[in-house]
Amino acid sequence: MLRIEQLRKSYHGTEVLRGIDLTVEPGQVVCLIGASGSGKSTLLRCLNLLETVDDGTVWLADESGAEQDVTDPRVDVDGVRRRVGIVFQAYNLFPHLSVLQNLVLAPTRAAGVSRQAARERALALLERVGLADKAGASPDALSGGQQQRVALARALAMDPEVLLLDEITSALDPLLVGEVLDVVKGLRADGIAVVMATHEMAFAREASDVVAFLADGEIVEIGPPEQLFDAPRDPRTAAFLARFRS
Amino acid sequence: MAVRRGRRARAEPVLSTHQPSERQQARERYRRSRALRRGSVAAVSTVVVLGLLLLGVVSSPGWDRVQRTFFDWQDAKDSVGPITEAFWLNVRLFVVCEVFILVVALVVAVVRVVPSPAMAPLRLLATIYTDVFRGTPTLLVVLLVGFGVPALDLAGAPTSLFWLGVIALTLSYGAYVAEVIRAGILSVHPTQWASGRALGLSYGRTLRHVVLPQALRRVTPPLLNDFVSLQKDTALLSVIGLVEALRQANIISNRDFVFTPLVVAAVLFIAATIVLARLADWLTVRSMRREAGGL
Repeated sequence: MLRIEQLRKSYHGTEVLRGIDLTVEPGQVVCLIGASGSGKSTLLRCLNLLETVDDGTVWLADESGAEQDVTDPRVDVDGVRRRVGIVFQAYNLFPHLSVLQNLVLAPTRAAGVSRQAARERALALLERVGLADKAGASPDALSGGQQQRVALARALAMDPEVLLLDEITSALDPLLVGEVLDVVKGLRADGIAVVMATHEMAFAREASDVVAFLADGEIVEIGPPEQLFDAPRDPRTAAFLARFRS
Repeated sequence: MAVRRGRRARAEPVLSTHQPSERQQARERYRRSRALRRGSVAAVSTVVVLGLLLLGVVSSPGWDRVQRTFFDWQDAKDSVGPITEAFWLNVRLFVVCEVFILVVALVVAVVRVVPSPAMAPLRLLATIYTDVFRGTPTLLVVLLVGFGVPALDLAGAPTSLFWLGVIALTLSYGAYVAEVIRAGILSVHPTQWASGRALGLSYGRTLRHVVLPQALRRVTPPLLNDFVSLQKDTALLSVIGLVEALRQANIISNRDFVFTPLVVAAVLFIAATIVLARLADWLTVRSMRREAGGL
């Protein structure tokens, strides 16, 4: 689905990503863990083309398996973004639109879906994230957890093949984290590949196929959650996880 | 779309049968007495200050003459008809200008923020336009357009004073309003751009559907302030010979050797701007409350 080769990115001379290699299979849930500043968010932003990479390649495969280099400057950026959705930590809903209009805007204006179809799909998605009764509400009338669920539904409304989640529960109160993560768990059934930067270790262990531990812009260790959490091979991974257990 | 943005959801007030405690009742008695005290201090001091000001003006040695020439009731009644009639021209000018200014300003503001390379020459023109017309006194623009454009003898150039006036005010105010709108666009948080683009919306559509609606909502109060100013600046067009309220008042005042008609014109301008000024205040307060409520 996604194949990342030797991805590099620096800001003002500081190397944030120093050669990332990562492969995401269709339908897989990949969790990125690591301290703040380890490069998780930057990696996700590069995959959605919100950042221009300094070196390396990101390959995005379609259903037939044909791979496209999305880091090529000639690529149709909006087309890639329609296939690779992203949800941010700060929700970033459109405050001047209702919840339903937030979900309908991009499908009708960017993907050419009819207003009627987009509306039906939006209502179904709101149902799925448990917010069907909030369709007409204004985003600022919702709690953080509700806003984040709307943001998830808004990304899903574009019917993406890959969904990038950038610490989507970091701004939420612990009680609201569960309601958002439940939605993410439900995505497995759709076969959407999910790449998720998170500090929710319990969730990463339980719901992911692959966990990657990042430090200083590199993937220090990658593997299935049982191996990474129970038998980390790298001392830095063990030290990071120990901080969470205490 | 059937499901419209709902009214801000508010918690339903829960009817309570709770009786305030003795302590709370004492607090409320104290607060009421403080409020009463504050109100009476404000009322008394207002009356005293205004009374002293009035007394100062009325007891001045020249007051009799001033009253005769500036505040004569009979002169006011005689001139109010023709001046009000002329004021309609100001109203028409204002309304037409407002529409043109909004269009010009929106286009200039958008041209200045869009980074597309094809827009480079337009961007340069738009920047020169705002720099030039923001820096030129409006009166000068009125004179240049009013006397300069007809002198060019261009085929198709308007010769009607009304349209020359509209062009002059639009040129001058368009530059101001464009800057206000541009500031509004730049004030929308970059994350809003990012989330629009991240959903696959193009730059133009993100601007049109995500950023501009928020920007325009935000700049409505300062825009109204500019329009209050435009409303009275329609009087500047008297210098190119449009018989609007100020010009008409001047004509009567020169004929009868009194200044009361000018005061009548002033009252009309004030009455018209007050409506817009209160609307601007109300919108400012509302948007401040909105921003605070959105946290």
